[in-house]
Amino acid sequence: MDVAFIIETIAKIVVILLIFSALAGLGTYFERKVLAFMQRRLGPMHVGPYGLLQVAADGIKLFTKEDIVPQNVVKPIFKIAPVITAATAFMASAAIPFWPQFTAFGYTVHPIVADINVGILYVLGIMAIGLYGPLLGGMASANKWSLISAARSAAIFISYEVITGLALLAPLMMVGSLSLIDINNYQAGGITHWIVWSQPVAFVLFWIAAFAETGRTPFHLVANDHEIIDGFGTEYSGMRWGMFFIGEYANMFFISFVISIVFLGGFGDGTIAGAVQLLLKVSFFFFFFLWTRAAWPDIRPDQLMWLCWKVLMPIAVLNVVATGIVMMF
Amino acid sequence: MHHEEVFTDRNVNESSAYYYVDIENYPTTGWDKFKQVVKRTFSGELFVGLWVVMREMIKFDIHTVQYPMEKLPIGPRYRAVHKLLRLWESGYERCIGCGLCEKICISDCIRMDTRIDENSRKEVTEYSINLGRCIFCGYCAEVCPELAIVHGQRYENASEQRAHFVIKDDMLTPLDMLKAGQQAEYPGFGAIIPGSDESVKKTPLAY
Repeated sequence: MDVAFIIETIAKIVVILLIFSALAGLGTYFERKVLAFMQRRLGPMHVGPYGLLQVAADGIKLFTKEDIVPQNVVKPIFKIAPVITAATAFMASAAIPFWPQFTAFGYTVHPIVADINVGILYVLGIMAIGLYGPLLGGMASANKWSLISAARSAAIFISYEVITGLALLAPLMMVGSLSLIDINNYQAGGITHWIVWSQPVAFVLFWIAAFAETGRTPFHLVANDHEIIDGFGTEYSGMRWGMFFIGEYANMFFISFVISIVFLGGFGDGTIAGAVQLLLKVSFFFFFFLWTRAAWPDIRPDQLMWLCWKVLMPIAVLNVVATGIVMMF
Repeated sequence: MHHEEVFTDRNVNESSAYYYVDIENYPTTGWDKFKQVVKRTFSGELFVGLWVVMREMIKFDIHTVQYPMEKLPIGPRYRAVHKLLRLWESGYERCIGCGLCEKICISDCIRMDTRIDENSRKEVTEYSINLGRCIFCGYCAEVCPELAIVHGQRYENASEQRAHFVIKDDMLTPLDMLKAGQQAEYPGFGAIIPGSDESVKKTPLAY
């Protein structure tokens, strides 16, 4: 293992951390603006031109706010829980190719931290560990809303994670590899080679599960403001709460990358045009997360579990079986 | 955009805009439940919702009023903090110290002191309204025979002391403003209705 590789990897990690922390902040700005426009409002307007510096104002507020650890909480767990959410979100990004490889100053850069051969498995596994943030934070908070939220997060988790795995199984059977680079190269032939055309059911199922995974609006049950205050975040303040926030938004970006790469061709043949297309696809999926928040109601936890176990899981299993039969003959 | 009020008749009949919503009973059998799920899944209602919000975003018909910079006009009969007006020609205070407002005030918040000055004219030495008690009913403005006390349009009342708005000196139009013609004749509560000169009949002469 030579020094250049270590330096390159560290540089990539720092770049990803900085870009996606900043994007998480900007994501909140876009979310507020998009929601506002959809509801005939203006959104943030006062801090900076068109409210652009609102992100900085929020950041300063979160960083400088007093870090309150309430009296009856289980202190070590309460303190570590937000770190789990933020850290796992960024750890999951290690196996995601954000950009096709390119050559700069005679040096070939692979914009992926680690091209491991179980990429998608690693991404989903680490994202699943992110569950421990809400679960432990909620259970340690000594607050009834937080406790309900923790219970919900566990109940929802075992529902959607089945769908995520089964939905991905069918395209993975076709590709024959778990590496996201291999999955991308499988579809490098252009728009007709995208897996979404051969696996539309898996695409829709995975997309639905992504909403549960990131806790976005139709399945925003873990921290549903009008039912359980802020759920697991009720007792958190300042930067600890901000870590939950950054983790949630980073997760939205990363799951958008995963959907785009697995089902919609990723960066295609690796040209600049393909890379820009990847960013456009990711932007669309991120926008869709905001769009549904303005348009759709939330459902109850039991409805989500009903949907996952009784509707989506049978469909996903049938999809896997059908894919297998088609591949055999 | 003006919204036409069609819901004036609040009874449910043919002529009113109200109607009973047709709500189906909940399905009881498993097959009916299944049919309901299928119907709801494929009826595309979720996409209607998506389209509605997207349409509003594209139309960009923003209804926000950016308050400190923009203000909505308030109605002429709005009852904000009181003002004391002056006579246009002479600049004297309109208030003649009759005490009707003090008498009618149902929350007993008006306090005035008067004295007879050297010209045998009744002078108001002190006039204050306790905003902690005032309910802004408008009786004082309505009862005032001289249109002296009126409800102004000033609804932004943030201050260190409520009393900053309702001491006599604060309510009375300053003389320089009067000379600059900046005293607004108030069209609202208790004021003379426009065109009331024409409707005044001559007082019958006594025999």
